[in-house]
Amino acid sequence: MTDLLAGLREALRLIVTLDADLIEITARSLQVTLTALLIACAIGLPLGGWLAVRRFRFRRAVIAVLNALIGLPPVVVGLVVYLLLSRSGPLGVLGLLFTPTAMIIAQVVIITPLIASIAHQAMRDLWADYHDLLISMNATRWQRVTTLLIDGRRALLTAALAGFGRAIGEVGAIMIVGGNIDGATRVLTTAIALETGRGNFALAVGLGLILITIALLVSGASHWALRTERRSLW
Amino acid sequence: MIRALLLALLLPLSAQADTLRMAVTTSFENSGLAEVLLPRIAADTGVEVQLVVVGTGQALRLGAAGDVDAVLVHARAAEEAFVAEGHAPYRRPIMYNDFVLVGPASDPADLARATDAADALARIAATRAPFVSRGDDSGTHQAELALWNAAGITPDGPWYRPVGAGMGAALNTAVGMGAYVLADRASWLNFGNRGGMAIAFEGDPALFNQYSFLPIDPARHPTVNAPAAAVVESWLTSDTARQVIDGYRVAGQQLFTFNAE
Repeated sequence: MTDLLAGLREALRLIVTLDADLIEITARSLQVTLTALLIACAIGLPLGGWLAVRRFRFRRAVIAVLNALIGLPPVVVGLVVYLLLSRSGPLGVLGLLFTPTAMIIAQVVIITPLIASIAHQAMRDLWADYHDLLISMNATRWQRVTTLLIDGRRALLTAALAGFGRAIGEVGAIMIVGGNIDGATRVLTTAIALETGRGNFALAVGLGLILITIALLVSGASHWALRTERRSLW
Repeated sequence: MIRALLLALLLPLSAQADTLRMAVTTSFENSGLAEVLLPRIAADTGVEVQLVVVGTGQALRLGAAGDVDAVLVHARAAEEAFVAEGHAPYRRPIMYNDFVLVGPASDPADLARATDAADALARIAATRAPFVSRGDDSGTHQAELALWNAAGITPDGPWYRPVGAGMGAALNTAVGMGAYVLADRASWLNFGNRGGMAIAFEGDPALFNQYSFLPIDPARHPTVNAPAAAVVESWLTSDTARQVIDGYRVAGQQLFTFNAE
């Protein structure tokens, strides 16, 4: 209990004093996660919509694989991305290992299936409502997907926020491919793991509280931007 | 368009100045010495040393793959094998610290009366007092196995608990279980969560823990920053390094002894 209270105090101290290290790792956490989220949404949302609209032979298999990939352990993703980006690996010439870019790649792999799967579930229900209308208007396949994406934006926001949540709190994969290098690839979660290992529980809890606060701010800001959860629109 | 965007995304992130990537062990990082050494190295040589903190086993794997420019580890047998396989041209001893056996202050296995490290471990095994092992193929873990071997004991049974974790996590586990654990002195002195634990045995020369610097062979991995590794190596073996390393104190105790030649 004392450690939790000390953690709260530590969080307040770091925020009030605008600790330079804290600002740096927080900014890097957001940079890595938001970039990964942007890329994952660019892949996952249209993929989810496409799976809802299109009927093809292996559709069920693809959806089953997508749902199974949600459970992929981040450590495994980190290890595979490491082996690919290692100097001795197939993509070693790019020299991306132990950079924020490597962390972004790992996070894209982790959250794209989650975003695509949630988007697909939402689009499928919407497609049942819109099916006859869009067919009778003779809309092309991409017009259908686009319509679903626009009209289902609130459900898609949920998909994006779920992806953001998984990415911002992720530690296993980015620890391996980022290396937790001070001043280069250290982010909030790897700093928490480091301070826990040092037995500095108060600082670790403090950083955890700051992480949750940031997740809250991002979630609130996105609802405000899309005008969801308001009066008649909720 | 997409390709240009991707390039713009990748380039600024992978661009770097004169930096040396060095894989080091968790025990070195936890000692806090890095926070004193790295700024001095940067000020004196202009090389920014980036630490990748992992266990010794993973550090050597990173070196063998050419993913780091140098490694600083403490596991003599593994280092010699590493050199024999041609990943590094040589190993350069830099400094040593020592291991201590940490346990509950009540000392249930009576390590206070142990004559040497082997006797201390024999007492733990005889009383079946809980013992937390790193179990992660790290330098500390290999040192622990060598000590059991020297004591002629094969540790086995429910009292022997390999946790497969770093030094800090293993210490946290030992504190939680009231177990004995082998730790390097630096990690223990810097550790924040001691809860009723104390050093139970220390001082046997068998517990000395030699750290060595191994530059990765540029002939095998052309991408490694060999010039920076040479600069940092010559700094680490200089008189300046002797003063910084020997002068580093935690809680009034000297942690490391410089012994580079």
